[in-house]
Amino acid sequence: MPKVPIQLVLNGEERAEFVDSGATLLKVIRDKLGDTSPKGGCHQGTCGACSVEIDGELKLSCLVLAETCGGADVSTVSSLSSDGVLHPLQRAFMENFAAQCGFCTPGMIMAAKSLLDRIPDPTRDDVIEAISGNICRCTGYEPIIQAILTAARANSLTAA
Amino acid sequence: MTLALQNFPSIEAATAALASPGARYLGGGTLVVRAANEGDVELRTFVRATDPRLNDITVSDGAVRLGASVTMASIARHPQLSAIAPAARAVGGPAIRNMATVGGNLFAPAPYGDFAVALLALDAKAEIDGSLIPLEDLLAGRATRYASSIVAGVSFGLPAQGSFRFAKVSRVKPKGISVLSIAATIEMAPDGTVKSARIALGCMADHPVRARAAEAALAGCRLDKEEVAPALALAAEGTSPITDPIASAWYRKEVLPVHLGRLLLS
Ligand SMILES: Cc1cc2nc3c(=O)[nH]c(=O)nc-3n(C[C@H](O)[C@H](O)[C@H](O)COP(=O)(O)OP(=O)(O)OC[C@H]3O[C@@H](n4cnc5c(N)ncnc54)[C@H](O)[C@@H]3O)c2cc1C
Ligand code: FES
Ligand code: FES
Repeated sequence: MPKVPIQLVLNGEERAEFVDSGATLLKVIRDKLGDTSPKGGCHQGTCGACSVEIDGELKLSCLVLAETCGGADVSTVSSLSSDGVLHPLQRAFMENFAAQCGFCTPGMIMAAKSLLDRIPDPTRDDVIEAISGNICRCTGYEPIIQAILTAARANSLTAA
Repeated sequence: MTLALQNFPSIEAATAALASPGARYLGGGTLVVRAANEGDVELRTFVRATDPRLNDITVSDGAVRLGASVTMASIARHPQLSAIAPAARAVGGPAIRNMATVGGNLFAPAPYGDFAVALLALDAKAEIDGSLIPLEDLLAGRATRYASSIVAGVSFGLPAQGSFRFAKVSRVKPKGISVLSIAATIEMAPDGTVKSARIALGCMADHPVRARAAEAALAGCRLDKEEVAPALALAAEGTSPITDPIASAWYRKEVLPVHLGRLLLS
């Protein structure tokens, strides 16, 4: 299979790799760059488990060709914690039992982060809209909605 | 199966490359990369044009031009495009809207193409090979005459305040796939009757179509329950709705007049 060189920033670190031409970003992040946090649930754009940020925009890595990400800044949920200190969203997901099997969690948290970056003080409807592209087969969504609202409140307390 | 990606700085060079067998234009990729993931064996090459004009949004003197690579998210947040933002926001969830392009929506088969329905009601023109063609012709010929063309952008006049209406009917909220989508641009005469109406329907054929019989019947009517009734009775005339897991063709024909009525009387 022909290989194509790509260079990108993944979670703040410059990376360079030869990737299969036509490979999706999801496959390259997981199999080549060793970050297995984005999950492949459907490879059809329907589940949201593969959600990452590319140049600050939430996208589905299963529908993006890695070759189109040359020079891009890509972040997965792995970028959110540092030295074992969890991001407020991660802590809120844990404390609100917003993860059961955990398969949807990396995508949910990236969708939630993308919301809070735009709207730090979201309404419940904003939250529902923000995670409308993410499927969870375990929790029934309510704990996830509560976790995101809790994290938003925690953020506004620290900001105050 | 190996897939190659070819990037071209100009739309002309990309158009030439699209003539090869198995070549497909790559917009945001939400439909074509999905097709590749699902094992579409006919796909050999993705072709992409990187001309910066593809990403431009210009609004001046009420005339709008959207480059074909403009995404639903950038339309939804554009301060001068609030009149058509509901149609852009109707497409998918937030991540899909950050990827889904105007060009791709024009070629998206039903039940997709919600934004194309809005553009059809706005009487938009599509830019192909340097000329402007009516959107209706592009949509009707997208699988045949225009199958290997690249749309560079679309142009339309910004609708007058309150004249543009859009509704997407879906079972799952907030981001379900369309049972149908309806867009209408309605110009009123000073006496409070309809001067002219353009109504576009999604899912009522394999591509977005105009409801011409209903448009003609609306002219001269007041927008009240009694006067719009004849137009609603004609809403599905000439349509051949799709049948898919969301709804049958029969159901779509049955509910169209109800939803068109709500949109006109809202
Ligand atoms: C989970 C999910 C939900 C969705 N929900 C909706 C929805 O609610 N409403 C809706 O309308 N759609 C929906 N879609 C379909 C799709 O995302 C949109 O229609 C989108 O606008 C397609 O654009 P794209 O740029 O991703 O197209 P691509 O996948 O890149 O291309 C689609 C087709 O258009 C052609 N094409 C693209 N750009 C051009 C151009 N400039 N000139 C000529 N041909 C071109 C391609 O060759 C291809 O055949 C959904 C898709 C998914 C995966
Ligand atoms: S794996 Fe990408 S949306 Fe499901
Ligand atoms: S926790 Fe299992 S899918 Fe969401």
